[in-house]
Amino acid sequence: MSANSINWAAIDNDPRFQRLRTKKSTFLTWLMVLSTVYYFLLPIGAAYFQDLFRVKVFGVVNFGILFALSQFVVAWGIAGYYMARARAYDAMAQELIDDAHKIRVQ
Amino acid sequence: MHSLKNKMAPGAMAVLLSLLSLPALAQGAVKDEYKWLTFAVFGAIIAVTMFVTYFAARRVKTAKDFYTAGGGVSGIQNGWAIAGDYLSAASFLGIAGLISIWGYDGFMYSVGWLVAYITVLLVMAEPCRNIGKYTLPDILAYRNDPRKVRVVGALSVVTVSTFYLTAQMVGGGVLVKTLIGIDYEISVIAVGVLMLGYVLFGGMVATTWVQIIKAVLLVTASIVMVILVWSQYGFFGDFFDAVVNDPKVQARVAQILGDAAKNMTPQELGQRFLEPGLLFKAPIDQISLGMALVFGTAGMPHILMRFFTVPTAQEARKSVVWAMAIIGGFYVLTLFLGLGAAMKVGPSAIIGTDAGGNMANPLLAQALGGGRDSLLGNFMLAFVSAVAFATIVAVVAGLVLAAASAIAHDVYVGVVRGNNASQVEQVRAAKIATVVFGALAVAIGIAAKGQNVAHLVALAFAVASSANFPCVFLTMFWRRCNTGGIVAGMIVGTVAAIGLVLVSPDMTYPLAVKAASEKAIVVAADRLAKLDAELAALAVPRMKLNADLAAAAGEAAKVPIRAAIEKATAAETESEARIKAEIAATAKTKAAAQKKIDDLHGATTSLMGLEKPLFALKNPGLISIPLGFLAVFVGSLLYRDKRAEDMWDELYVRQNTGILAAKAGGAH
Repeated sequence: MSANSINWAAIDNDPRFQRLRTKKSTFLTWLMVLSTVYYFLLPIGAAYFQDLFRVKVFGVVNFGILFALSQFVVAWGIAGYYMARARAYDAMAQELIDDAHKIRVQ
Repeated sequence: MHSLKNKMAPGAMAVLLSLLSLPALAQGAVKDEYKWLTFAVFGAIIAVTMFVTYFAARRVKTAKDFYTAGGGVSGIQNGWAIAGDYLSAASFLGIAGLISIWGYDGFMYSVGWLVAYITVLLVMAEPCRNIGKYTLPDILAYRNDPRKVRVVGALSVVTVSTFYLTAQMVGGGVLVKTLIGIDYEISVIAVGVLMLGYVLFGGMVATTWVQIIKAVLLVTASIVMVILVWSQYGFFGDFFDAVVNDPKVQARVAQILGDAAKNMTPQELGQRFLEPGLLFKAPIDQISLGMALVFGTAGMPHILMRFFTVPTAQEARKSVVWAMAIIGGFYVLTLFLGLGAAMKVGPSAIIGTDAGGNMANPLLAQALGGGRDSLLGNFMLAFVSAVAFATIVAVVAGLVLAAASAIAHDVYVGVVRGNNASQVEQVRAAKIATVVFGALAVAIGIAAKGQNVAHLVALAFAVASSANFPCVFLTMFWRRCNTGGIVAGMIVGTVAAIGLVLVSPDMTYPLAVKAASEKAIVVAADRLAKLDAELAALAVPRMKLNADLAAAAGEAAKVPIRAAIEKATAAETESEARIKAEIAATAKTKAAAQKKIDDLHGATTSLMGLEKPLFALKNPGLISIPLGFLAVFVGSLLYRDKRAEDMWDELYVRQNTGILAAKAGGAH
């Protein structure tokens, strides 16, 4: 199996590849935007919403501490969610890998 | 006890505590009689890693073995190795230190280092694994002019690695000196020699295992210490309660806030430690640094290189998720270690041993084990110190391997030899580059002795995020990207990041230093005058009692006065010691400020000939990252490159599907 024996342009045009590409990039873009926005809320909040960060939620534990800890939970959650969703993309990619040599321009 | 401490001036407390820990600074945190213990633990860790290197050396025959461990590392192993590569001494010692002396802001700082891995997971790890070979420039060379992009790519890799490495080397030298009192130069050479031993003989196989061993030790040490901290102060709610009510923490906040703390209750002072804003005043700096982390980690050559060691994209994905679990868990533990150190050791004692707070974790370990004179305390200190040392060696090994591969694989084999080199020649080139770059690292480490290198880590991330990340990302995801864009992006991103730092507040500005020092001298002189007056007034109550005693008629009246005199004398002695200690410390502060002015030798401008910063941000990311992207866009649109267009389909399909990748990685 070598790169020369594969028609890359044909795979690029294959509807299965197009579907994989569209789904994956849409999903990844949203996830990336969500995680970035959530992260930057921390420095922004710590600077401009200090009153909110000071609010005690229980005992002396304030919103700021819980929000900073939630960053870890959200990061792990995004990683876990991506892991789960990526299996579907793996299956779609596997089909293309198996057929890589057969896909030709129609 | 409580009330006494709260009544004492917080400044005096700080000074007193830092004076108590001064002997520790002079001879290293470990007492001479316990040094054998430290060396025994160091020796054991070195022996284990050398043993691993011995076996690894037999498995390293080809260039692929040397650079990527033959692509045979599993996802879990690679996850631990990434954590070992990433959790530098700055993470292990620096962040716990920041938390122990600045509270909330230190913890907030740690978050970005984990979130950065989301970018790695979502856009970098799998595509890079699918199309990459050994190095970062390999990805760039896939569809662009290999000679041109390998040269600019290698330049950027070497730049990033050198910055990061200098910070590690200097940090390591200072650390070992502070811990066990070994000379700075000797510890830098020791780090260099050990690291060379691993990389030279065991290549990526040994480097991977050294990183795994170090990560396991680091996590184990942190878990044990956190359990001990919790057993003493309670878990979550009780723990934070203890922080708020801790007099040392309250004194520290009072010291930071100065006049603003006058009307605050001790409780409010303690609570303030858990709120933002004690350390970071300019949010824009935090946002800029956050951007450099979030995009820079994905452009770090030594991290990227780790994804070529696993056989498939699935394993690469798994390794990032493992790394995120380990790194994130580690930072959460660090919160409790930092706050635990603030209570158990005290911020003033931590600052007294090392102004940056780097000794928080080692001192906490010693205190948890029973203190400076106990065997267990010293064993724990030795263990933590050895882990910190292993940390530096492991991180440096990864960086040297990344830099050496850029020089040997990209520049020598790829450009000079036009990809015509036998396996034996390639491995030889890699080893020669390793020795040369390793020696350079030691030389730089020694030359940079005494320099403030903390911002070099941030600078490494700034270059990685402004040059490497836009180039690697766009060549994989943007059809029109080509050689012109990569060359422009690499150069503009690197120059912008470095250039902006050179004119930023990170540099030393003599006029500002002079003004701050002069102010410090005035404050210190005021304080000294006040202390002298206090000292002179000390004897007044006793003198008055003495007069009373002389005037008193009859033995019955004299008894209570004598008792009062005794009490007053004791109080006087105690206060005298405290005031004298503070006088000595204030005089030292004053002398240090004067020395700072003298050291300027009348200079008025920074290294760049500036009187004040031209650019307000400490981290250039906010400006230099968009500039890097812009340069790739403009460069690509102005340049015609047939190969980049022709290869797009192949690259895009491969990075998305992994066609041929499993074969390429697993075939061995």
